[in-house]
Amino acid sequence: MLPTLSGRIQTRLFLLATVGLVVTALIVPVLPGAGSAALGDRYRTGLVVLASVAVLGVCWELLYHFLMQFRWEKDWPTLFGLLTLVPEGLLLWGLLELDVVPGITAGPPAATFWIHFAVVWLAVWLVANGPMRVPFVRWRFRGGRLV
Amino acid sequence: MRSSPPSRGDLTPELLQTSQWTDELLHGAGIPVHDIPFVTVGGGIGSFVTLDYLRVYGVPTGSLRVLSNIDTPWETYEYLTRVSQIPRPERIRSDSSSRPDNLWGFPSYALEEAWRDKSLRHLRQVATEPIFDDYWTPRAGTVFQNLEREAKRISYWDMLVKGQVRMVRRRVGGGYFTVLTPPEGLSATRRVAFRSRYVHLAIGYPGLRFLPDLQDFRERYQDYHHVVNAYERHEHVYETLKTRPGVVVVRGGGIVASRVLQRLMDDREKYGLQTQILHIFRTFVTGSHGPGVFMRRRGGDGWAYQGFNYPKSVWGGQLKAQMRKLDGEDRAKLYKNMGGTNTPRRRRWQQQMAKGRRENWYHAFQGVVDKVEPSPDNRLVSHVRSDDGQLRQYASDFIIDCTGLEADITEHRVLADLLQHSGAGRNPLGRLEVERHFEVKGTASGDGALYASGAATLGGYFPGVDTFLGLQIAAQEIADDLARRGFCKKLGPLRSTSQWLKWARNKAI
Repeated sequence: MLPTLSGRIQTRLFLLATVGLVVTALIVPVLPGAGSAALGDRYRTGLVVLASVAVLGVCWELLYHFLMQFRWEKDWPTLFGLLTLVPEGLLLWGLLELDVVPGITAGPPAATFWIHFAVVWLAVWLVANGPMRVPFVRWRFRGGRLV
Repeated sequence: MRSSPPSRGDLTPELLQTSQWTDELLHGAGIPVHDIPFVTVGGGIGSFVTLDYLRVYGVPTGSLRVLSNIDTPWETYEYLTRVSQIPRPERIRSDSSSRPDNLWGFPSYALEEAWRDKSLRHLRQVATEPIFDDYWTPRAGTVFQNLEREAKRISYWDMLVKGQVRMVRRRVGGGYFTVLTPPEGLSATRRVAFRSRYVHLAIGYPGLRFLPDLQDFRERYQDYHHVVNAYERHEHVYETLKTRPGVVVVRGGGIVASRVLQRLMDDREKYGLQTQILHIFRTFVTGSHGPGVFMRRRGGDGWAYQGFNYPKSVWGGQLKAQMRKLDGEDRAKLYKNMGGTNTPRRRRWQQQMAKGRRENWYHAFQGVVDKVEPSPDNRLVSHVRSDDGQLRQYASDFIIDCTGLEADITEHRVLADLLQHSGAGRNPLGRLEVERHFEVKGTASGDGALYASGAATLGGYFPGVDTFLGLQIAAQEIADDLARRGFCKKLGPLRSTSQWLKWARNKAI
């Protein structure tokens, strides 16, 4: 990826709102560890997790953009886009454990959270690294900006 | 017996001296005029990707012509890569998603090769580059095969008009005249002209320039055998070295020098040769270098290391966005900071050079060559001055110039004419100044526009012009500008997806 700061943020928000939303809608009913929770509550939790990835992500992108400045190429290798799921996942998991994420009374079980988080991440990463260029022919030349 | 070219329908002194032509002027000279709304001059990869964009945007072949003296868009590129030691099975220096045959860049070449070879190796490399592996790059052959497929799909050869373009002049009342000299026997007149609203120039490198001391040697001693340029045929060097041990001087620190070294070292290993290599760098890079902590490029053993011709983000990221805003001195400064000769740091090359240093047959050093002379035993003596002021002489059997110096744009007749007659100017690097949408500044003619892309425009608001992806970026800017002018419809997400599906099914458009 060859992102600019605004391109990073726009791409993240757009892909979470599209790919992330579709994956969440499909995966929530089959996620493990749901217990007796109603499907509506499980969706609510799933969507809050997705929204948190988006909101926290804006801060993460600022950090990534800063780190990218140390790279001569000013690029963001494909691998980085995948591996950043580790710190981002851990932070969000920590915040859920501390019950400081608004909109959720009790955090989801570990398996529910991690599977949901990883699958969404992987889907967004795959789309960003290829298929995204099919409908949006100018996107990759504009540092990931859509508008 | 050779027939002489027709004398009818030739350029008249009046036409040559008049910067803006009327329809009557051409009529008076007896030059036939063809009406085609968009004409691209060159017929190499720059013309091809521009036509590809326009065809995908929905422009019919009847509105487009490519004026060229080559038969296929990859002909010149393939010649240059082959002589500079990249035959079809070898890999070029280009990113996996820089596909001149596919404006979406998806699927990437790596995905395609993975599919074809039924191997995940290519995908693993793309996923871990450049941290745990070298940048993945496509085979030259893959690029040419795909170009052929796409050329057929967009009916490229229906748009091709063979001949040598002589000039482009503005037309009184708007648009342009492009004058072509058709191949002998194909036309009743010496010239034909194309009247069009839009002209695109993609004429490639204006020409090759030799290092002055080598040019001087070749001319003075009429020796074109021992002193060669890497961009011309020089297979005899490698063949001679197979028959007897020899010393080769390699000049230059770019990708071509790397390729030539690889060939010399591969042959040494394959045939058990005794070749000695003297590698002269004018600028010898000893480590990381650059203006500050946020702009440092890796280097060592003489080389500056970089994956591609430019830092990657010029093709879409931060550097592209930054350069787009700069003019004059500021632009020249950023070009200087990210410029300089460089080569990728490939693991195979590193191993070969390390072995050469260890076994004392590869010697790299800094120096500027004052002159080259023949020795009494018919060898070459290079007089080299190093930065510390020392003068040394090195004897060798061959010298390979890998510096790839380029000639001034006025070396190309069409560009020289444009600068003289059509209001075109130079950018901070001395090449053709173009707008952000690749229209040549100062050349507008009524509602017509003249565009240029490729090496002739290096130094503009977009840096990577002389690369596959750069040509596509230019083509997109041009196609979008033409859409704004009403020549075609802009490509939105839905139409783009449907066009991509046609591409994927290899459906002719």
